[in-house]
Amino acid sequence: MSTGTASAGQISGTRAMLRRFRHHRLALAGTVVLVLLVVACFGATWIAPAKQGVQDLALGPTAPSWAHLLGTDELGRDYLSELLYAGRMSLAIGFFVAVVATVVGTAVGAVAGYVGGVVGEVIMRLTDLFLIVPAIAILALALNGLGSSPVTIVLVLSGISWTYIARVVRSQVLSLREKEFIDAAKVTGTSTARILVRHMLPNLAGIITVNISLAAASAIIVESTLSFLGFGVQPPRTSWGNMLSQASGLVGTPQVYLLYFPGLFILVTVLCVNFIGDGLRDALDPQGRQL
Amino acid sequence: MTHDDGPAEPLLVVDDLRVVFDTDRGPAVTVDGLSFEVRQGETLGIVGESGSGKSMTSLAILGLLPPTARVSGSIRFRGRELLPLSDREMRELRGNEISLVFQDALAALNPVMTVGDQLAEAVSVHHPKTSRDELHRRSIELLELVGIPSAETRIRQYPHEFSGGMRQRVDIAMAVANDPALLIADEPTTALDVTVQAQILDVLRTVQDRTGTTVMLVTHDLGVVAGTADRVLVMYAGNKVEEGPVEQTFYETAHPYTRGLLASLPRMDRRDRGERLFQIAGQPPAATALPSGCRFAPRCPSFAADPCAQSVPSPQTVGTDHVAACHRVANLREESA
Repeated sequence: MSTGTASAGQISGTRAMLRRFRHHRLALAGTVVLVLLVVACFGATWIAPAKQGVQDLALGPTAPSWAHLLGTDELGRDYLSELLYAGRMSLAIGFFVAVVATVVGTAVGAVAGYVGGVVGEVIMRLTDLFLIVPAIAILALALNGLGSSPVTIVLVLSGISWTYIARVVRSQVLSLREKEFIDAAKVTGTSTARILVRHMLPNLAGIITVNISLAAASAIIVESTLSFLGFGVQPPRTSWGNMLSQASGLVGTPQVYLLYFPGLFILVTVLCVNFIGDGLRDALDPQGRQL
Repeated sequence: MTHDDGPAEPLLVVDDLRVVFDTDRGPAVTVDGLSFEVRQGETLGIVGESGSGKSMTSLAILGLLPPTARVSGSIRFRGRELLPLSDREMRELRGNEISLVFQDALAALNPVMTVGDQLAEAVSVHHPKTSRDELHRRSIELLELVGIPSAETRIRQYPHEFSGGMRQRVDIAMAVANDPALLIADEPTTALDVTVQAQILDVLRTVQDRTGTTVMLVTHDLGVVAGTADRVLVMYAGNKVEEGPVEQTFYETAHPYTRGLLASLPRMDRRDRGERLFQIAGQPPAATALPSGCRFAPRCPSFAADPCAQSVPSPQTVGTDHVAACHRVANLREESA
């Protein structure tokens, strides 16, 4: 449908894409909230009400108040500030795991799907292996053995989650491979590598973005689980996961509500990321409705 | 313009081409001992029904048969043998010197790339150093060549924003992006309605006039061949049954199969209007179970037990540049004379 003076056909690809994204309300809201969250966390040094780890043992645990919006923990630390500082770790882990897992998973999946044959089979059996072994057990073992520096955590989490993306990408490539426009690319003399990058990848953009968001979200959750179990980010480093873990000790005390705050931050982040992924997928489809 | 140096070597010479697939029910012979040539600057129509091997022949020329195909014989393009070429060497040729127009243009265009990007891609694959401006200019030029109005704005659009006929034009533009010497058009009008068909054939002709490319037009539509081609090659069950100049083949038809095909066309000028259309009885043989003699023998109205069921007829000259593969060509001539 044409709006105003410009007909739909005259909008350039990028502008049409932005327009479709803007009309995805949840995605837009998700972006706004996530940006605020990222700015607050990474700008915590300037934004947070208190410096990281500053204790006030005399104050002790207090309920939320104007002085301490989310209250203080048993060491008298401002809980909101602690959460913002911890968020840097959780968000960074989510981001880097998503990037590493997506790059590796997409490359492997695309090759497995396009080349097929023995190579494809071997790769897919390998991903099956990752699926049947309980991920948490592998992760716990690996982190126990390798230590749990943030880099190790990112690598180990990526090591698990690339297989999901590889499977999805492979199945998509399998169907794309049979499309006539891929034949058309071959007919114009395009090399295999170029077909994968120039012709397949743009067609995969939708599912890849969705998977980036899923991988980021699940990395944040899995990191929390691991930290909760004591295998993730180790104190004195903090993440939402290990804050959750520490707060779990408060069950049965009046401060049990502190348990909800890291949980809430994780929840909001994961939701935002998922909404954005959803919106991007729709926006990246040039056949999506012109709004 | 093509330079005609007298009886030069034809652009493409296919000699004794055989394409066989191994199936559960034994070898499927899709092309069997096919020989023909495509001459510089001409339009050769290849006609046959589904399964006659015409598409397999085009794929063989492009080197795009599936790896399970067993190919033998010889395909010479500009004197160069194509079958032994490596994939890399074939890629150099494909899209550059030999290119293909697809039947279903929508499927042949990448849905997430703008038309301009795809045209630019087709050029830059073979001319990687071309500047962006040059690619842009060339894309517009190509769209104008195939008669797409307001090319400037159209190159920024996606395939789904084009109508069927316009897409087919884009597909042709992509195929001729690098001025190929040979353009293979595989059923380029089959997916279109009749009025658009005529336009597309027109576009092909214009493109051919302007670029001097040679066209190999694969179709099952005799009407398309009659209007477009210089010469026609009729295929049946992997064999060549008749080949000749279009006029001669249509008016002095030698092979009973070609006659059957022509007779089965609805015509306005026939006396028996209102009658049921003629049809060739029976069905083409399966590629796994070809008859031992003439492939057409079981359906042939002028079948004779002796030569027809015994051996595969080889093409024999029936006129200038006109051959037919039929044991009974001479008898048929007498009958119709």
